[in-house]
Parts: sequence; C-alpha cells; structure tokens
Amino acid sequence: MIRLNRRHFIGGAAAAATLPMLASRATAADPLKVGYIYVGPINDGGWNTAHEAGRQEMLKKFGDRVVSQYVENVAEGPDAERVLRDLYNQGNRLLYATSFGFMDSAVKVAQAFPDVTVEMCTGFKPSPNNNLSNYNIRFHQARSIFGTMAGMLSKTGVGAYLATFPVPEVISGINSFTIAARKVNPNFKTKVIWINTWYDPAKEADAARALIDQGADVMTQHTDSPAAVQVCESKGVPTFGQGSDQGQFGPTMCKSSSLDLWGSFYTLRTQAKLDGSWKPEDTYWGMKEGALDIAAIVNVPDDVKAAAEKQKAAWIDGSYDVYAGPIKDNAGNVKAAAGASLNDGDILGMDWLVEGVDGTLPS
Amino acid sequence: MRLKLEKRPDPSRFMLYATPVGAVVLTMLVGAIIFTLIGYNGAAAVYQVFIAPLTLSYKWGDIAVKASPLILIGVGLAVGNRAAIWNIGAEGQYIVGALAGTGIGILTKDMTGFWILPAMLLAGLAGGAIWGGIPALMRNRFNVNETLSSLMLTYVAIHLMNHMVTGPWKDPKGFSFPQTALVTPSQTLPILVPGTYVHLGIVITLIIAVIMWFLMSRSLFGFQVRVVGSAPNAARHGGFSQKGTVWLVFLLSGALAGLAGIFEVTGPFGQMSLGFPQNYGFTAIIVAFLGRLNPLGVIIAGVVLAITYVGGDLAQSALQLPNASKGIFQALMLFFLLASDVLIRYRVRLAGNVSAPMAVAARSAAE
Amino acid sequence: MSIDYIIAVFITVVGAATPILFAGLGELVTEKSGMLNLGVEGMMLVGAVAAFATVDLTGSPWLAVVVAAAAAAAVSMTFAVLTLSLSANQVATGLALTIFGTGLSTLVGKSFTGHGIKPFTTLFPDWLANDRFGKAFFSFSPLVYFSFIMVALVWWFLNRTRGGLILRAVGENDLSAHSIGYSVIGVRYAAVAFGGAMAGIGGAAFPLVLTPLWAEGLTGGRGWIAIALVVFSGWKPGRLLAGAYFFGLLGTLELYAKASGSIFTAMLPSEGWAALPYIATIVVLAIISSSKAGGGNAPACLGKPFIPST
Repeated sequence: MIRLNRRHFIGGAAAAATLPMLASRATAADPLKVGYIYVGPINDGGWNTAHEAGRQEMLKKFGDRVVSQYVENVAEGPDAERVLRDLYNQGNRLLYATSFGFMDSAVKVAQAFPDVTVEMCTGFKPSPNNNLSNYNIRFHQARSIFGTMAGMLSKTGVGAYLATFPVPEVISGINSFTIAARKVNPNFKTKVIWINTWYDPAKEADAARALIDQGADVMTQHTDSPAAVQVCESKGVPTFGQGSDQGQFGPTMCKSSSLDLWGSFYTLRTQAKLDGSWKPEDTYWGMKEGALDIAAIVNVPDDVKAAAEKQKAAWIDGSYDVYAGPIKDNAGNVKAAAGASLNDGDILGMDWLVEGVDGTLPS
Repeated sequence: MRLKLEKRPDPSRFMLYATPVGAVVLTMLVGAIIFTLIGYNGAAAVYQVFIAPLTLSYKWGDIAVKASPLILIGVGLAVGNRAAIWNIGAEGQYIVGALAGTGIGILTKDMTGFWILPAMLLAGLAGGAIWGGIPALMRNRFNVNETLSSLMLTYVAIHLMNHMVTGPWKDPKGFSFPQTALVTPSQTLPILVPGTYVHLGIVITLIIAVIMWFLMSRSLFGFQVRVVGSAPNAARHGGFSQKGTVWLVFLLSGALAGLAGIFEVTGPFGQMSLGFPQNYGFTAIIVAFLGRLNPLGVIIAGVVLAITYVGGDLAQSALQLPNASKGIFQALMLFFLLASDVLIRYRVRLAGNVSAPMAVAARSAAE
Repeated sequence: MSIDYIIAVFITVVGAATPILFAGLGELVTEKSGMLNLGVEGMMLVGAVAAFATVDLTGSPWLAVVVAAAAAAAVSMTFAVLTLSLSANQVATGLALTIFGTGLSTLVGKSFTGHGIKPFTTLFPDWLANDRFGKAFFSFSPLVYFSFIMVALVWWFLNRTRGGLILRAVGENDLSAHSIGYSVIGVRYAAVAFGGAMAGIGGAAFPLVLTPLWAEGLTGGRGWIAIALVVFSGWKPGRLLAGAYFFGLLGTLELYAKASGSIFTAMLPSEGWAALPYIATIVVLAIISSSKAGGGNAPACLGKPFIPST
C-alpha cells in the first residue's frame, strides 16, 4: 500500500513539474531576467543596501535589455534554495546570491539547472556544471585606511574592534586595521570582542560601551547595524562605518565609512551573460577596480585626512599593500617574511590574529 | 441588544469543517483590503500568497517540504494538548534531536553504509525525547508547570546549538563559518522526486500522522489521553495514571519533534547552522490547533501554513510585496481561525436585555 | 578594578535591565490574573516602532512613550478578545500575537529604516549627570526612574489595594471569584491591557534610549527573556526588579569580561552566558514549585480558560 502511494505521488509530481519550464522558455528577443536574493532587508543601511544599490546601477545601464527581481530576508538553508529555484522557474537565467550562507544552495541550484548562471558572493565552492563563479571585495583595504587614521587619532594607543564571527573576512579586517595602525603608532593595541551575532543592535551597543569603558578611544565595527556608531557618537569616540555611509548616525564621530560598490561588477557580469561571453571566473576586486571606496573623511585634523587620502591613492595605483611582510601573528609566529607578502589565498582563508591584537580567536 | 453566546448541546460538526474554510476566506478578504489600503495590489497579493503556490505544480514539492516538519511536530503536540498537557518547547526538542543526529553524523563522516542514516534518525528521536523528558520529569517530581519549563528549555537548546556550530562541531574545512560540515551521501535522506528535494522524511511523516490518527481515535491509548485531558478525576478512578500520561505525552511529542529536526538535517538543510532553528516548533503549536488536534486535520493545517510560507516568497519576487506581509497574512489567518473556534461549541444569538453579566468563556474545542 | 569601571558597568546594566523590567512587570500583572500571554516580544516590537515613529515625526520622546504604550495595549486587545471573549487557547493566541507584532512592526518600520533620532536625555543638569559619582544616579533616561516607580506601584497595587486582591483572586481561583460576583473577564481584560502597555514601554526603551534607530526585530528576543524573568521572580515585583538587574548583569559582565580579555570568560563559553538566565529560571521554578512556601505564589489558574459554573 505504501509503495503504491509513493509511486503515484512521484509520477504525478514529476509529470506536472515539466510544464512550467516549457512555458518559461525565453526567446532571443526577450530581455534577460536577473534574480537577486538578499539575506536581510534591502534597507538595512549596510550590506544589503549596498547590493541593492549595485543592482539598481546595473539596471540603469541596461535599460529594457534586462529585467530583474529580488527577494529579501531569505533565510539561509532550504528556503534559499527554494527561492533560487523559484527565480529560475520564473525565467531568471542569471542569479546573484549575495550572502555566504547561500553558498551550498547556490551550488545545488547551479548543479540542477545547467542553463542557469550563478554568481555567489563571498563563496568558495565551484559548480560541476561550470556555471557558477564566486565574487568578493577586498574589504581589508578600507580597514587599513581606518587603521592609519585610528593610529593617528588615538591618544591611549588602544583601539577596539567589534567583531562578529571569526571568519576570514572579519579576521582580515582586524589584522589590516591593526597593521596599519601600528605603522603609525608601534605600540597600538586592538581589543576585540566577538559577539557571535551578525545582528542584534542592543547587544552591539552594549559591546561598544564595554570596549570604550575598557579604555579604547577609537573603534570600528563589523556588525550589520549602526548601533555601535551611535554609541561612539554619544561617547565622543572616533569611529568608522561599514558597508554604506553611516555618517548620519554619527555626524561628528563617524570619521568615514567603507563603501561596498557592487554596481560595476554586476554590470560587467550581466553584460557577459547578455553577449554570451560569460565564463566561470572568480572576482576579487578592490579600490583599484572601483568596487570599494570610503565616504568623505570628516572632522579630523588635516594631516590625518591627508594620510588617509594618500593611502587610498596608493591602494588604487597598486603601490600599497598592508599585507607586505614582515608580519607576525600575536603568538610570535612569522606569517610573511620581510620582502614577501600574503597572497589572495592567505587573505581569503585567514585564521590567525596579527601582532598587536589583544585576545584570541574563539575556538 | 447584545450578542450572546449560547452553548450548543453537541459540538457542531458543520462548524468544525466550515470554520477553517471560512477563516481562510476571511483572511484573503481582509488581507486584500489591508494591502490595498497601504498601497499594494491587494488582490494580487492574496493570489500570490494563497493561490499561486497551488497552481504552480513545481511548487507542490516545496509545500510538502515546508509542511512536513510542521505536521510531524504538530501531530505530537496535538496528542499532548488533548491530554491538557502543554508542551510548548517543541522547538527545543527539534533542535536537540537535530543535534543528537548530527553528532552521529560527525562520528560517521568517514564511513559509508546503509545503517548510518537510520542511526542518525534514531539519535534524533532519542535526543528529542530526552529534551522533552526533562519537563515531564520536573512536572512529575517537582510539580513544575510544564508550559514554562519547556519554553525555557527551548532557549537553552538554542544556545547549546549555537555553541556546537560555532565551536566544537564547526566544519573544519569551512573557514570558521558557523556551520557543520554537509552530510555525506550515506547520511542523506533519499530524494523521491528527482529535481526537487521531496525526501523520504515526508512519506514517513505522513505515515506517522495516519498511525497517530488511528491511535488517538481507535486505541486505549487515545482514550486514556482524552480522558486525562477532559476529566482528570474520572481518569484517576478509571486507573489512568496522570504521571504516566505526562511521561508518555512528552516523550512522544519530544521524539517526533526530534525526528523532524534530524529530517531537516539529513534532508533540506544538509547541515546545522545558526539559521537552523526556523520556529517550526512554535508554528507547529498553532498548526496543532488549526488542525483541531486531529492528526488528519494537522496534515491539512500544515499544508495551509506551508502554502503561505511558499506563497509569501512568491509574492515578494512577483509583486515586491515586503517580506513582513507573510507574517501579517499568517497572523490574520491564525486570529480568524482561533476566533472561529467558538462557533463549534456555541451559537451566536442576538439577545435583548441581559440582566446578569453573562460570562462568555468556556473551554475551547481543545479542551 | 576601579570605581569608575564599576560605575561604567553599572550604567550599562541599567540600560540592559530596563526594557525587560517594564515588559516583565506587565507580564507579571497579566499572569497574576491567570492569563499567560506569550505575545510579549510582538507587543514590544509594536511599542518600539510606535515610539520610533513618534519621535521621528514629532520629536517628542515623552509623547513616544505614551503612543508606544497605547499601540501595544491596542494590539494586546486582539489577544484579550480571542482568549477571553472567544475562549481561544492562550498559548496559540500569544504565539500568533508575536507573529503579528513582528510582521506589523516590520511593515510600519520600513519607511523609518535609516533614520536616526535624538534619544531621551537625562532629566538632571549636566554637572550632576556627568559627575564622576553622580552619573551612577543621575545620568539615566526618565524611563529608568519610571521603571522603579512602576515596580513600587505594582507592588502596592497587588499587596495593598482591593483591586490587587481581586486581581489575585481571579488568578488564583476564577470560579470562586466569579461566584462572589467579580467580573473575571473584565479584570483579565484590564490585566492584559496593562501587560501590553508595559511591554510597549519596554520596547520603546530600545529606540528611545539604547539604540536610537529603527531596525527589524530591534528587541532581539528580549520579550522571551521578560517571560523567563516573571517566572524567575516567582511572580513578585520586588524579586522581578532584582531579577531584571541580575539578567542584565549576566549579559553585560560577559561583554566587559571579553573586552578586558579576562580569564573570567574562559569559565563559560559565550553561549553559556546567554543561556544562564533560562537555566537559572528553570532552577528557580523547580525550587518554588516543590517548596510549599513559595509555590503558592504561582497563579493557580495560569493559562487555563475560564469556565463559569453557571
């Protein structure tokens, strides 16, 4: 009885499943449909806002040659896979999955539909169908500029970094910030709190207070809400925003923000899909390619501003590398000898804290 | 003139079946009006949330996947609620079941064999039952209110899970991202419909629901549960142990919630991560009530709720309806359904002057 | 550890404790009447978004507190109507209320995301509020002092007034309260409304004091901690106050210990700290339930529907 039911169930569902795919087959004249999924709300003022701005910029470039859909607040896991399949079934043949947690879902969807093209943000797994690429931004470049400014602005020589999870992106931000600050002030120390959440504004604010009460007189954060920026503003501690311009939450104390600019990447890859030249190739852009910038620097002495702008120019022309040796971790092990430098693989897989960081990685 | 509720001599069979339909229809109407008022295409929104998932056959599998854990947890809870024993910690039992199964998964990650998956499922059952057993033990030994203790244990379970996936059980090849390694092929539930993720767990869920229906309506066990729930004194005279029933109810509903958890790990999720708790355990409480605490009704209620999840995402991509609308539609539907419960046991009458203040309260259909 | 450091920790603890104190106080009164409303998180979010919107539009944090209380009390009435007038199950209805409040606050808040508002400032002059020791008493928002007043008022109401006696009678034995002639339903309506208003003010503390911004799910699950807190307190206002500060201290100490790099944190992983309030609640629950002395304080009719004998 069970077997009979099961066979019936399979047969019915499978036969029906083929219909919508016939219906949604696109013709050459149709615009390309491009789908996006976001892990949070598009107006979070950070990560997702930046991706949505990139989508809008791409849409403006292509006019009626491209139409686009997005789904926000997609939970990682099976929901993400379902939404990606949905977007595919609604005719989207280029999908941008904009959060690390979507990686396994994105790979599965790329595997299931050979004619889809998937771009996976901050991912690292390939697709067996050769239809998936990973893309990322060199966030640490902006962090090093903030480190330089922090080193110059700090009087106590103690900076703070509000961190989420010990993933390479966060670690390389901490290390880059600390290395740059110590080039200005060799005694600079960075205190780190791991709050084990990407998003809990009240906890972020409390952690920021704890760091400041502990003697930090400059700080930056890697969390999704601007709560820490507001605390710094009220306590008069210089800080830096991330993801998009958070100056409105700290008009005097938020000295600058890192800006993720996904627009030119989205335009380039969508263009490639349109003219049929798309190939799987991982992208790791930075300031040079215009994928990362910092917001206007405000309320700092002229020399600080000049140093920051000089470093930004050096990132753009390729003459600066925060990860040029000699670099030691905070247990004293040499990570890059003098004359050597960390390569992209080292940065994307970073699992150690640099000399000058107070504390350890949570196990 | 005021509305007066008058108790029916017998619960209305007609209302039992008519009210859920009425509530869903009312939700569509009110939802359409609300979303039109705040500037969206209300009718289209209702269509996307409630109807579109049914018309798109490729969504049927998604509905089944989403409904399955709600049904499995819901039938377990329905039993307890029949006995007037309130387990609201199914979310925690779901998580601990998943953790227990994942533990076996991590131990066996380099092995292959047909026995691995069943071992994980058994561990899931056991994990859920153990977590569910704690409130039962506390109720029987210390007279602790099981509603409160099972709720508190859910949060302990969530933090336990957070610890495991950010610490000891983190995928060693996962660059420290807070999640466990993906399950291996030997640890994965077979997919029944190629191209979807309709898995074996869904069929097992349906079988369990039917068995539970049979047990509840045709067996001494079902009789015991109902008597303990509706007439505790009579139950005592009849020799049914209250404590025994507490144990039974919690171990059973905990085990089923744990099984639902490990089904998600070995099926749709393929791993555990911080996003693993999806509030299925809480939503299933509502599903149990929507299903009128009848296992067959729970199947339907689980499917209806699953439709709104799947449809909510469709509405977002098709109409750019905000994600929060899904919650509004679900809450409206729940409110209407809970409100319409009263019609099963009561008749609404327009009454003239009622001198004595008439208390309009009674046991819900659940009791 | 300097005195300044202790004062700094204390100020953060007060901030963390105030919202759960308000929400817990409301839920305590609701539960004392025999009603278990699990919609606290949803009501807090409605209060939070209402408060934010009010300040954003009018600039008045005082008005925002009133609007937050009114808005949350209004949504709590859906719970009251369903459970009291239509005798729906309290657990299911409370959960539905949380789903509703979360969805509603997100929808309403959409147009306010990305705005910053001016938070509540202290009532006292700067020389007091910024004083090295004075700030331990005078640097807080008016909500903090109001929370103390409310604790005292609730204690006085429950233990010293006729109204409090009736409320407790209704929660202890609804049938006898009914037979004496009290309106069980009326009392419970009022208790639910009070619980809603207090949860709304607790939610308002987030945008008005802690994080002057709007973001989805701003309260971060603290409605559930408030429910734990009520149980932890053994349904006593004084202990609720102590419990709120204890829970606030647990969360704050962890962050301060981490910031100082102290070995203190190594004693327990971060998730252990987060779970402690719930574990402590379970332990307290076991103790007060098994001892006859304290057990009497849990409302006997908690969560049970009211069935009049006539």
